[in-house]
Amino acid sequence: MSDAAPLWATVILPVALAVAAVVTAGFDAVLSGAAERGPAGSVREAGLRAMAPLREALRLLVQQPRRTTAADRLLGRLGMVLVPVAAVLAGAVLPWGFRSVSDPSVGIVWFNAMEALAWAAVWLAGWGPNSALSLIGGYRFLAQGLAYELPHMFAITTAALGAESLRVGDLVAAQGGLWFVVWMPAAFVVYLLSALAMAFWGPFAYPLAQDAAGGAAVELAGVDRLVFLGGRWMLLVVTAGFSVPLFLGGGHGPLLPGWAWTLLKTAAVLALLVAGRRLLPVLRMERYMELAWMVLVPLTLLQALVVAVVVLNR
Amino acid sequence: MLDDVVFWVLALLAVASGLMVFRFDSMARATYALLTSLLCVGGEVLLLGLDYLGVVIVLMMTIEMAIMAVFMVMYMMNPAGLMPMTMVHNTKGAAVICAVVFAVLAAGILLAPWPSRRGRPSADPTMDLGLSLMGPQMLTMMTLGLALFATIVATVVLATRRGRYDRFGDDLKARTADDPVRGGTVR
Repeated sequence: MSDAAPLWATVILPVALAVAAVVTAGFDAVLSGAAERGPAGSVREAGLRAMAPLREALRLLVQQPRRTTAADRLLGRLGMVLVPVAAVLAGAVLPWGFRSVSDPSVGIVWFNAMEALAWAAVWLAGWGPNSALSLIGGYRFLAQGLAYELPHMFAITTAALGAESLRVGDLVAAQGGLWFVVWMPAAFVVYLLSALAMAFWGPFAYPLAQDAAGGAAVELAGVDRLVFLGGRWMLLVVTAGFSVPLFLGGGHGPLLPGWAWTLLKTAAVLALLVAGRRLLPVLRMERYMELAWMVLVPLTLLQALVVAVVVLNR
Repeated sequence: MLDDVVFWVLALLAVASGLMVFRFDSMARATYALLTSLLCVGGEVLLLGLDYLGVVIVLMMTIEMAIMAVFMVMYMMNPAGLMPMTMVHNTKGAAVICAVVFAVLAAGILLAPWPSRRGRPSADPTMDLGLSLMGPQMLTMMTLGLALFATIVATVVLATRRGRYDRFGDDLKARTADDPVRGGTVR
């Protein structure tokens, strides 16, 4: 079981998540710059490219928010704000090494519940502006959620099954010897896929896709857009970060202290996801839906069966 | 003391947002008011020390209400449910029924001889919940699961317009399905 973190960790958590989100977005911007304008000539140029998300954030801060006719502003605002809030709340059970802000006995279910909140949030943000394209984006995210949520739940259930506990601290403790990724590779891969889908990013950016003029985010401008898209980066960081206690042994590792290993592993998963985005086009959801039901659900069920048999024989 | 404050705040919020379900003239707002109410109930269950049940209520109700909002908007009688509507029908009859039900329930609460607590609360309610569901009630749960699954499959089969003869031809011997949308796993 992990120790409780000091109280100031509660204040640090949102800041740390935001910083991690900016760094990830910066890394993504460097890769984008390299793809569009060739590799950066100097370190300074690379640094300038990495600052692009910050410049964009500043631009959005001073930009005029957009008003639409007959908008449902209450629900729209709620949707926008819920995205980063859900990311931070989900991050509360994320252990830094062996400490997390909170380590409830049902931490895994809590994490999943907060993801579901983010899921509802995107539909709200799409509904809010009373605009057809943003509503289409919102509906797309609901369809996407139906495709990824079930394999995702089975994947994290498998990890919980391996540790015989729903407490994230116990999960980390159970991986002192062997990381779960070694004997639950299918669950790990499915988790990574659904982490992308959860953050509606990369191949799963269908709710915000170009063919719907930007989908759920089309009418968002100014601070609204910053909160919504910034929240999406935070979701990506949190879901990637949660793969570390779930499958990659949490803070366990030689030489370095626990928090450093958590940081390294999270960075590695994030780098994989960010680099992987360049290899895959945006997926149309009805295609992924078939894959999810025909392949991923049976696969994760089999994986859970294997783990259950191992646990019973232990 | 703190527990009392949290209890009353959540309880009032739950009742208020429950009332707002019938006051809002927008399907989306009504659905999310109902979600607020249910999340507050989840909070109350957490307050009782039943962590797993409380968090599962939050998880399931969020997913459920998000999906329900879509279906409600889709099936409203006015276009897409985007025009103002009312959640209240048969106002007087409903008021009478509600008043009677409330009176009966309240009388039940006040008149029932409540037993005093026996034994101690369990150290791990999640474990006990799992044992009581999957231990002696295993057969019930298996039957229930099978029945639910059969219902889902039957509903989908009845609801879908294209059957397997449309997809694979009259003798079902086609190698690939003839689907309107290309792509997927077997093509």
